[in-house]
Amino acid sequence: MNALELIGLRAGYGSIEVLHGVSLVVPAATVVALLGPNGAGKSTLLKVASGTIATTDGCLHVGGVHVNGADAAALAQAGVCRIPEGRGIFPNLTVAENLRMWTGVGDLRPAEVAERTFGRFPRLGERRAQLAGTLSGGEQQMLAMSRSLVVDPAVLLLDEISMGLAPIIVAELYELVGTLAQQGIAILLVEQFAQTALAVADSAVILSQGRVTRTGTPAEVEEHLAAAYLGGAA
Amino acid sequence: MTTFLALSITGLVVGCIYALTACGLVVTYTTSGVFNFAHGAIGMVAAFTYWQLSVGWGWPAPLAFLAVLLVLAPLLGAVVERVLIRPLYGAPIGVTLVATLGLLVTLLGVGFLVWPPDTTRVLPKFFEGHTVTVFSLVVDYNQLLVIVTSVVVAVGLRLFFSRTRLGIAMRAVVDDPELAALAGTKPERVSQLSWAMGASLAALAGVLLAPLQTLNVTELTLLVINGYAAAMAGRLRNLPATVAGALVIGVSSSLVLGYAGPQVVNYVRPAIPMILLFIAVLFLKQERLRAGSLAGLRMPRTTGLRQSVGVGVVFVVVAGFVSGQLSPAHLAIGSQGLVLAFVMLSLVLLSGYGGQVSLCQLTFAGLGAYAMGKTGGGALGLLAAIALPAAAGALVALTVVRLRGLFLALATLAFAQAMDQIFFNHALGYGGTLAIPRPRLPFVDTADDQVYFVLLAVVLALGSVGLLVLRRRAFGRRLIALNDSPAASATMGVSPVRTRLVVFTVSSAVAGLGGALLGGLHGSVSPNDFLLLNSCVLLLLATLGGLYTPTGAFLAAMSYALFPELQKLVPELGQVQFLLTGLGVLALGRNRYGVGGQLADAGEKLRALRLQRVGVARAAG
Repeated sequence: MNALELIGLRAGYGSIEVLHGVSLVVPAATVVALLGPNGAGKSTLLKVASGTIATTDGCLHVGGVHVNGADAAALAQAGVCRIPEGRGIFPNLTVAENLRMWTGVGDLRPAEVAERTFGRFPRLGERRAQLAGTLSGGEQQMLAMSRSLVVDPAVLLLDEISMGLAPIIVAELYELVGTLAQQGIAILLVEQFAQTALAVADSAVILSQGRVTRTGTPAEVEEHLAAAYLGGAA
Repeated sequence: MTTFLALSITGLVVGCIYALTACGLVVTYTTSGVFNFAHGAIGMVAAFTYWQLSVGWGWPAPLAFLAVLLVLAPLLGAVVERVLIRPLYGAPIGVTLVATLGLLVTLLGVGFLVWPPDTTRVLPKFFEGHTVTVFSLVVDYNQLLVIVTSVVVAVGLRLFFSRTRLGIAMRAVVDDPELAALAGTKPERVSQLSWAMGASLAALAGVLLAPLQTLNVTELTLLVINGYAAAMAGRLRNLPATVAGALVIGVSSSLVLGYAGPQVVNYVRPAIPMILLFIAVLFLKQERLRAGSLAGLRMPRTTGLRQSVGVGVVFVVVAGFVSGQLSPAHLAIGSQGLVLAFVMLSLVLLSGYGGQVSLCQLTFAGLGAYAMGKTGGGALGLLAAIALPAAAGALVALTVVRLRGLFLALATLAFAQAMDQIFFNHALGYGGTLAIPRPRLPFVDTADDQVYFVLLAVVLALGSVGLLVLRRRAFGRRLIALNDSPAASATMGVSPVRTRLVVFTVSSAVAGLGGALLGGLHGSVSPNDFLLLNSCVLLLLATLGGLYTPTGAFLAAMSYALFPELQKLVPELGQVQFLLTGLGVLALGRNRYGVGGQLADAGEKLRALRLQRVGVARAAG
């Protein structure tokens, strides 16, 4: 059974439609890279899949269940975890308070959440009483990613987690992505650096102007990347 | 020493109530990002409801207390959040500000309607008659109750917000509601809960404050405003600093009352919280220049010179014709509307074009009237009526130059209230009046009401045309640009300081001149003409009418002038101006450009239609 399935999905902002009938599947324990030029609708797709933006047409299935119309909080409870673009943290809460917020989903107690996070990212442990907004960019992204560690999601949606970070931190974060996939989580990955994403992905999808233009293995998709990004004849 | 202690205890009790108010404000602000101007009004309604239940209907006091605090107030808060606040998430601060001001005014109206001020209502103190003696000092149980309650609430809130998941979630929702939802927390639910909590705290403060004095709708509402200063001391975030600030305000006011001479007491004491509020706002951390944000709506078209002059001439001619037909009473109403419309032009400039929310326009109008009255009229009087408010406006602008949005509104609120207490109450005599002469002109007799009516129409037409000229020139573009994006304007060399100084000065001068003409209309002014609440009603009406167009100002002013008439028709409605204005804002507050904007839009569509028809006719021909 596919953990996440989109069938002919349409959505947008107000009267402007961004996704014109997108279909894709993300099976459990699989990393799917979602690639495409700026403005293709990648972030919008993740927002729709996490319930932040409502679907106007088509179907959204999570774990085989039809979930059109469920809001973000409900989908979070159903096992969808989206790490938004930028930093998915509460800047005016301390690190410890941010972790406390992660206990809204799943059945871990606050102490267990802290233990698991600080085990993976010891640096956050040193800064537990600090306001999250004062952390470095890398630490902020670690904190944001820690949510995926502790809520035991079925579907993980990652939006540009490498944005503005040093390569060494990006490598560390992608190592975590690999581990999470091995644990059985279905991961849909949006990434500006196609090579980075394709390196960890099991399959890839190119999204262009709100439509899926190509699906395949990372190697197959890579050949068509230049055309998709630069708008040449595909 | 005993006096000192006794005064301190009295002050401490008042300070504790301020602390409760301020905590409630901080709770709603930190958990929904909206500063609730209606906080005091909620406390007032709660206090009256408590009176109604316990004294009016004879419920046992504890039952009434719990019913108000745990059922009615939270319900009110939750409903307010659902109906008024939730549709405004993400709206600019000016819009939320007007919405909560509208709620304040509505609740005032409801207060006057349900509990007409013609009967005296007194709430018994809690545990009446029981006292304890501490260090030879008699403290009654009521005072103890207030102090203990405040301590419990303050400590409880602090623990709630730092230790419990719900408390943390309330803070998180302000930071990023979208992320909160992704983390499995429903942001609307949390906000609604925090509004319920805020309302409950407001009710607690109101109910505790009420037995210390006779119940009075406006006084209760405004007394709670004193807590604003304390909330500012904690920068609207920090609860311990808020409580400390509240205690300092309470105790210092009480000590000044006890020790200072009657002169100081009368002049300064009522204004102490407002002066502190002003200072606290001034010392807030510097705000970063904001980059532009999309207003989302098209501004009404600015009328061209030829058209505006044309409309102005027609307006004056019509006014001249109408003035002959009106009865003296209606002439007075019309004149009142015209002169208020002129005062509102100052708001169109300052708030409409400049985006600065000011709650002290009537204060400047009062200064204008004062200058006119003191100089005895004539050319010198007119000059003074422009110069004095302009100077005051410039001074205010320089002090508040870096404040915007909410903090500017609070600073102007403090200024208006302090001026009310310190200056107008004395300069215009206690409830007495200051005679204001009408300006004298060659060839016409301004003492004639009909002539004065036409004169006011001419002044309004000239003012409107002048305002539109200003709007179309470079200065007008600078104002709009600065309002749109201070950061972008600064990079293009537009000086925010100079522009704001000029706009404040000009707008105060306009308001001042309007005030002088208003005084001339009635022959005298009293302190009650320039109250803070009236300034609020003025701002709200101007918003309803449309802050961007002189037409909107005219419509708003006319309805303001008609309120007293309406009052006579349906006296049961209580203070109609509050109720109607408030309800209007609640109903229409989301439309930024108001009725005037709608009219401009309609005109625009007509023009387009006509052009199209002409085009079709040409094509056919």
